[in-house]
Amino acid sequence: MAIYEIEQSQKSPTNTKGPIKWVLDNLVATPTHVIFSFLILGLLYITIPPFITWAIIDANFIGTTKASCTGDGACWVFIIHKMDFFIYGFYPESEIYRINWVFGLSIIFLLLFKYTGKTFKAKIALFSLFPIIAYFLITGGSFGLVEVPTDKWGGLMLTLIISSIGIVVAMPVGIILAFGRQSKLPIIKSFSIVYIEFVRGVPLITILFMGSVILPMFFPEGMTFDKLLRVLIVVTLFQAAYVAEVIRGGLQAIPKGQYEAADSEGLSYWQKMLIIILPQVIKVSIPNLVGNAIGLFKDTTLVLIIGLFDLLTMVGLTSIDSHWTGFATEGYVFVGFIFLIFCSGLSRYSKVLEDRLNTENR
Amino acid sequence: MKKILKLSLIAIAVIGMNVNAGTFEKVKKEGVLHCGMSTGFAGFAEMGDDKVWKGFDIDMCRAVAAAVLGDANKLNNHSLTSKERFIALQTGEIDMLARSTTWTYSRDTSLGLNFAGVNYYDGQGFLVAKSLGVKDARELDGATFCLQTGNTTELNLADYFLQHNMEYKSVSYDTDAQVIAGFKAGRCDAITTDQSGLYSKLTVLDKSKYIVLPNIISKEPLGPVVRQGDDRWFNIVKWSLNAMITAEELGITSKNAADLAKNSNNPEIQRLLGVNGNLGEMLGLDAKWAYNIITQVGNYSESFEKHLGVNTPLDIKRGINALWTNGGILYSPPFR
Repeated sequence: MAIYEIEQSQKSPTNTKGPIKWVLDNLVATPTHVIFSFLILGLLYITIPPFITWAIIDANFIGTTKASCTGDGACWVFIIHKMDFFIYGFYPESEIYRINWVFGLSIIFLLLFKYTGKTFKAKIALFSLFPIIAYFLITGGSFGLVEVPTDKWGGLMLTLIISSIGIVVAMPVGIILAFGRQSKLPIIKSFSIVYIEFVRGVPLITILFMGSVILPMFFPEGMTFDKLLRVLIVVTLFQAAYVAEVIRGGLQAIPKGQYEAADSEGLSYWQKMLIIILPQVIKVSIPNLVGNAIGLFKDTTLVLIIGLFDLLTMVGLTSIDSHWTGFATEGYVFVGFIFLIFCSGLSRYSKVLEDRLNTENR
Repeated sequence: MKKILKLSLIAIAVIGMNVNAGTFEKVKKEGVLHCGMSTGFAGFAEMGDDKVWKGFDIDMCRAVAAAVLGDANKLNNHSLTSKERFIALQTGEIDMLARSTTWTYSRDTSLGLNFAGVNYYDGQGFLVAKSLGVKDARELDGATFCLQTGNTTELNLADYFLQHNMEYKSVSYDTDAQVIAGFKAGRCDAITTDQSGLYSKLTVLDKSKYIVLPNIISKEPLGPVVRQGDDRWFNIVKWSLNAMITAEELGITSKNAADLAKNSNNPEIQRLLGVNGNLGEMLGLDAKWAYNIITQVGNYSESFEKHLGVNTPLDIKRGINALWTNGGILYSPPFR
């Protein structure tokens, strides 16, 4: 029996595999590559190390007062100390558990939502149940819970409330507006067009300002509206116009054959739209809808001009506490980080949805 | 935009002029005072870790709540931006405004508002590094200033330098934090804004290296504001402030008020604390209205020292905000 020695395998030449090859191929392949690689790496070199030094190496993490921050770096003690403000606003300490419940429930509901599979009715039930529970938990005033007025709401919680209500409620309104714009009935059609074009022609900040400052002038003496409610209505109506345009784009992308097929089946207008057309529209519109949602999420920071304390405004408020002045930078970095997490999370989710609903090219 | 807003403010002031009576009755009925204040201004309206608004302006609201409702905590604070504040008052969303608002001719005459006195005499000043060796603003010829956009700071600065025939450059920033960062980075020689704001900036900087110059280049009398056309309410707010000032003058504090009410034989103290006379009745208030202010909020000095004074991080000296008897200009008409 012949004995075969396992021959020592040779390493592949460095210019065909491995990090050197990667660098040769990707960083210095052509003179243009060289220039851009140099510029970008140089830029990273002058920005990243100082930031890391400031944010981590020289930073202070432990302590309870301003005096704990001695280094030249960031004072994360401030963020940790004021975390309550950033997350819950002025929500009373003793009632914060209710907000935590809502956060917890939202995760549970999301999981349930995922595992109810294709049972449409269960999904609808879950989807309508959550806001109701959340509403009672957050506002209180019933079921033995202490009422917490809206001027005590703030921070991340307020940002999430405004944006999620804006995003969710604007969906159906936007869909109806989009249908309206395609309608053959002239009044409905022209109303939809005027509404959409008017709202899209005006920046959100102007509409917010109108809702908070000009609108009360037209109310009878002494009649006041809850400020947050005004903001929610304004944000929803604003977002609806944008959703309507996205949906309209989707409607136009659906082949005519789909409409004709539905008509030839003898479906009514609403049956046709809701069962045949809309699901396809939403599928093709997901990237744009999520893009809009992310835009709105970031736009909620504009409420600072009307004196609501959202996550961003909280930085201003916490950094003028005379015992903690001077840490606005840390606050803004922290808030930027939170926004980054939420926005990138949303766009990741949209990618997942797209892949899952992509039935064409499988 | 600004012009339209201004015009509409004036319009609503004219329309709303006659329907604004009865603020007192409204506050009594609701049992809570709606007070407009800022969205955060160190020392004047800030929120500590206990999530309760406090500050010098908040105390003004608390004083009125104590006078009218007998309880300084029956207060609903409305955080307002500077653009919203007058409209909120005109539309009746709030009953009074205590938001570091400068009393000016145009505001007093054209907006349908009344300023019920001055609770803080502010003015634009300068903050410089001690190493610059400047002792007086008139030595600042050719200097560069860091300032915040969007208020009258730049206008005052231009006026002052023109008047003294000096040159200057300015660097504008959007926020407080940026002004400080720019100053620290050496982009300018001095920061200029209202002195109260300079002191709050000083808390961030190394106090041994920077000073606030004594010069004041503009008058910024800050005070509580009410709607025009409701004289009774106007009187209540005005005299609530006066009560705090007079209490300091008479040496009545939150600690000794109860004792003085029993034992003092000074007739003005007796009148103020409601032991003698009918001052409360004249305002339509409880005889103990001023007593409630002093015991629950304190006199002017107590409120000042608690929120702005030398023992706070802001470390503001009384200066012209001292009583007229102590070299300041704080002066209340007599209680009789």
